[in-house]
Amino acid sequence: METLIAYMPLLARGALVTASLAVLSLALATAIGGLAAAVRVGTGWIGQGVVLVYTTIVRGIPDLVLLLLIYFGGQRLINQASAALGGGPVSISAFWAGVITLGIIYGAYLSETFRGAYMSVPRGQSEAARALGLGTVPLVFRIVMPQLVRFALPGYANTWQVLVKSTAVISVIGLADLVGLARQAGQSTREPFLFFTAVLGFYLFITWVSTTIFERMERRYAVGYAR
Amino acid sequence: MRVDLVLANWHLFAQGAWLTIQLTALALAIGFCIALPAGIARARRKRFVSPAINAYVYLFRGTPLLVQAFLIYYGLAQFDWIRGSWAWAYLRDPWWCALIAFSLNSGAYATEIIRGAVETAPRGELEAASALGLSDRQRDWLVLIPSALRRALPQYGNEVVFMLHGSVVASVIALQDILGAGRTLNARYYLAYEGFLTAAALYMAITFAIVGTFRLIERRYLRHLAVANAR
Repeated sequence: METLIAYMPLLARGALVTASLAVLSLALATAIGGLAAAVRVGTGWIGQGVVLVYTTIVRGIPDLVLLLLIYFGGQRLINQASAALGGGPVSISAFWAGVITLGIIYGAYLSETFRGAYMSVPRGQSEAARALGLGTVPLVFRIVMPQLVRFALPGYANTWQVLVKSTAVISVIGLADLVGLARQAGQSTREPFLFFTAVLGFYLFITWVSTTIFERMERRYAVGYAR
Repeated sequence: MRVDLVLANWHLFAQGAWLTIQLTALALAIGFCIALPAGIARARRKRFVSPAINAYVYLFRGTPLLVQAFLIYYGLAQFDWIRGSWAWAYLRDPWWCALIAFSLNSGAYATEIIRGAVETAPRGELEAASALGLSDRQRDWLVLIPSALRRALPQYGNEVVFMLHGSVVASVIALQDILGAGRTLNARYYLAYEGFLTAAALYMAITFAIVGTFRLIERRYLRHLAVANAR
């Protein structure tokens, strides 16, 4: 126990890295997912085809494989592009490789969530808005979006929980996140069980906090609907 | 793109694929054996047993598989009494540690799936079984379990893919699975992506094979729903 307290500042730093990695990845995944869903419902067959290929490929590959591909392969591609333009080598950090990978993976899952939610909003809603003379922008942002949230929330919450657990694999490329630091601390103190148990506790805590928050949000957005 | 190096080392990937499939299949089988009794007990809200199952499911579903594997492989070595026991012959071996972690993990997810399938069993179906004079045990084995497993099929298909993808954790504890083969290839020839790209293609192929197989199984066992879906 004293070991754990002595290492608390280090673990807190790791937890902060894990948490910011998860939040930034979710933000990127939301942007990618929203864009992909919009293309999926709003454009012709070329756009739809591209999105379909993207989601199919991403869902067929494990997170760690895509991470290594982006971290090492992407590094090579960027350096080649940079050399062709006459620049020097550019290095991607483990952190940003993680954000990009998780954003791409969970963007694919979220695009399905958003598309499903969009389809669940009754057509009459946008037809009525149109009949009242609303333009496309207010129609989307003031009529469809607020109702879409209610349908998207359960899937969104679920994706977030899976994403949080996925952050653990980023430690494989040397990121000093909670898992990476706990592994080092476990090695130097010869008490790995203690540190990995603490890591499990941290992830359970995040799971618990996010379940509570999302339940509250779901109730908030379901106000006005009989259950 | 050095395709020649990938082809020259195809045996690495073949051995890796075998290890991945072996670990995934064994973990799913053991996980299922845990999940069937646990899921049913959980659905019936058995006293004392049910909270324990809940804790197990919450722990394994709420934390990353990678950390679970680390805890078993690196963590347990901390204790001298484990190092001194008969179990150490297995717990020092990454293969057994991966299998234990994957099985417990898959068991937790499958428990939730089976719990859901048992809870949604139509009352009339079970009442009809009792009315026909079936004993409780007969009702469970002949009516409840077969019908619950059918209902669980689509979700269980997702769990199989999830376990396949989760099995990459094996390569992190130094096992030569598909990703391990890719990493070895890249390290040996100082390549950036050929090994990972091959691994990605293999995982994708296996994923689609699983999805396709489940589609066939569902067509066979969920035939009674086909009419309703067609409408």
